[in-house]
Amino acid sequence: MNGRRKSLTVITGVSGRLGQLLARRLHRRTDTRVIGIDRRAFSRKPADIEHLRIDIRRKACEDLFRTHQVDAIFHLGLMHDPRQGNSEHHTWNILGTQQVLQLAQKYEVPKVVLLSTSDVYGPRPDNPTFITEDAPLMGAQNFAGMRDLIAVDMFAQSYFWKYPEIETVVLRPVHILGGVHNAVSNYLRLARIPLLLGYDPMVQVIHEEDAVSAILAAAKPGLRGVFNVVGPGALPLRRLVALTGKPTLEIPHMLLPSIARQMFQLHIADFPAAEMDYIRFSATVDGSRAHDLLRFEHRYGVVEAVRAALRQDICDGESEARRSISI
Amino acid sequence: MAKSKSSQVQGFREQVERLQRLGTAAAGQIAAWTEPQRRARVIDRFVHEFSEAGSDIATMLLDGSWRMPPEEVERRMTALNANKNLSEFGTDSFGFEPDSMRPVLPLLEFLYRVWFRVEVHGLDNVPDGRCLLIGNHSGQLPFDGVAVGGALMLDRDPPRIPRAMVEKFAVAMPFFSAWYTRWGQIVGLPDNCRRLLEAEEAVMVFPEGARGIAKPFVDRYKMTPFGHGFMRLALETNSPIVPIAVVGAEEQTINLFNLAPIAKLLHFPSFPVTPGMLLLGPLAALPSPVKYRLYFGEPMYFQGDANDDEVAIAAKVAQVRAAIQVMLQRGLRERRGFFI
Repeated sequence: MNGRRKSLTVITGVSGRLGQLLARRLHRRTDTRVIGIDRRAFSRKPADIEHLRIDIRRKACEDLFRTHQVDAIFHLGLMHDPRQGNSEHHTWNILGTQQVLQLAQKYEVPKVVLLSTSDVYGPRPDNPTFITEDAPLMGAQNFAGMRDLIAVDMFAQSYFWKYPEIETVVLRPVHILGGVHNAVSNYLRLARIPLLLGYDPMVQVIHEEDAVSAILAAAKPGLRGVFNVVGPGALPLRRLVALTGKPTLEIPHMLLPSIARQMFQLHIADFPAAEMDYIRFSATVDGSRAHDLLRFEHRYGVVEAVRAALRQDICDGESEARRSISI
Repeated sequence: MAKSKSSQVQGFREQVERLQRLGTAAAGQIAAWTEPQRRARVIDRFVHEFSEAGSDIATMLLDGSWRMPPEEVERRMTALNANKNLSEFGTDSFGFEPDSMRPVLPLLEFLYRVWFRVEVHGLDNVPDGRCLLIGNHSGQLPFDGVAVGGALMLDRDPPRIPRAMVEKFAVAMPFFSAWYTRWGQIVGLPDNCRRLLEAEEAVMVFPEGARGIAKPFVDRYKMTPFGHGFMRLALETNSPIVPIAVVGAEEQTINLFNLAPIAKLLHFPSFPVTPGMLLLGPLAALPSPVKYRLYFGEPMYFQGDANDDEVAIAAKVAQVRAAIQVMLQRGLRERRGFFI
C-alpha cells in the first residue's frame, strides 16, 4: 500500500440518507478517500470524510476536479420533492447531472454511477410482470413530476455512446425502504395508510443497505450500462402494508384524484394525486442483469426493510427532514 | 385519407350485411314459431331438456356430490403448491398465490359441476410441462376459461393452474385487478407468456380474443380469424400446443348485436344486447345453465423459425384452427341439446 495513491471517490448528495450510508461504507476502506458534495449539512460525519458544502451547479465545484484526480463519481444528488417547484426540480436535477457528467468527461473520471429509480418505468395496467432495462420510460405518462428524473436517466445513457471511455452506470433500484425520506418510506410511515378499494398491485422493495451494496457493486471496474436493482421478490401491496401493523384507509379509485388533491393541498399528505397510480398498478422489474453482471445479491428481506423504514428515531425526525426529501 | 374512407365504407357495409343476416334469422324464427307443429316440437324439446338438466342439478345439490371431500381439497391444494417455489408471502414470482384459490374453490366447483355440468374429453392430452392451451372463445363473458381452469384444477391429476392471458382493459377494473394476479392469471403480453412457458407453466390463449368472445348469436361456432402471436411463442420456446374445443358456451348468453357506441363510452371491448336485457338489466349478461363440453386434442408440436413471415406462421396457425374445428364439429354432433 505504501507509496500508492489512495483512490479518490466523489459523492454528490452525500448528506442524504443513502449518501451518508455510502460514505460510511467507503471510508472503512483504507485505500479510498471520500469527498462529499452537498449544500445540506452532514450530521454525525466521520472525521476522515471531507464534505464540500457547495451547490453542485456552482463553478466552485470544478476546482475540486481541477486540483484532484477523481477516480469515481457517485451521483446521488437528485431531488424528488413534490412540494418543490418544477423549475427548481429541473435545474437541480438536469443541470446538476449535466455538470457532473461534463466534469467527468473533461477531467477524465473513469467511472460515473448515477442512482436513478425504477419509478422511471411508471405504474401502468399493461406493464409486463418483469420490466427489463430496455423498456420505454413511461413514468411521466400521468405524472409530470417524474419528467426530470426520466430526462436525467436518459441523459446519462447518452454518455454510453458519446463518451465510451467513461464507464457510466445507471442504477434503477426498486422502492428503497429505510431511513430514507422517499415516497414509499413516507407512505409506510403514515399513521393511517391509504389503499385503493379493489386494487392490490405487486410491489418490490429493497433495504437501504442493499441499495448501497448495489451502488458499490456498480463501482467495480469494467462495468457499464443500465441495471435494475431488485431486493427480495415482489409481494402484494396489502401484504407490505399489513407488515406495518397500521390501520388502513380504503378509498374508491373514482374519488381518489379529488381526495388526494385536497389532502395534498391541505398538507395532510405529501403525495400528489398522480403518484397514487403506484398503489393502483404494478411496475415490477427484472433484476437478473444486476444479478448476473454486477453479482449483486440482496441481504435483507422485506420484513427487515419495513422495520428499517419504521424505526422510531426516523419517524420522530420526520417533520424536520421533510424539508430535504431526496431519493 | 382515401384509404381510411374506403375502410370506413367497408366497415359500414359489413354492419349492414350483419344486420341483414340478423333480420333473416329473426324472420326465420318468427316464421317457424307461427307453425303450430314446429312450435310444439321446440317447446317439447326445451321442457325435456330443462327437466333433465334440472333433475341433474337438484340431485347434485341435494346429495352434495358437487363438492370435493375436504381431504381431496387438501390433496389438490398440496399438489398445486408443490414445486411452485413460493416466496415467504405465498406467491410465485408472477404473483400467483395458490392458497388464495381456497375461498373461491366452492364457486369454481359450483360453476364447473352444477351450473355448466362440464363434460371433459381427452384431459390426458395436457402434458405436465410447458404447453399452450389454445381454444375457441365464446360466450360474451370468459366462462370458457373458467371451465378449462376447472377441468385442470378439479379433474386433472396432478392439478394444474392454467395461466390465462388477460385483456389489458380488465386489468384496470377494480376488484378483478386485485384478484386476477393472485389467481395465477397475467396481463396478455408476449414477454409474460414467454417467461411462463420457460417456467414450464400451462398458458391459456384464446387467439380469437375479444372478436371471438363477443360474436353475435347468428355467428355461433364460426370461429373468427386467429391471432398469430401464440404460434411464434410456441416456436420460440419449443412448447407443444394443446387444441381445445369448447362446445356449449356459445349459447350461454344470446348476443343479438353489439352496441359499439356504448362499448366505446364504457371502455369495454364490446357491449352485447341480449333478449333479457330489458327485463334483467346487467344481470342478463350472466350465463344461462347450458351444458359445456370440453375437448382436449392431442398435443401438436411445431418446428420452425419464430420470426418467419406471416404466410408461414399462418399455415401453422391454420393447422391448430383446423384441429379445433374438427373437435367442434364432433362436439356439435354428439350433443343432444343446449342444456343436456
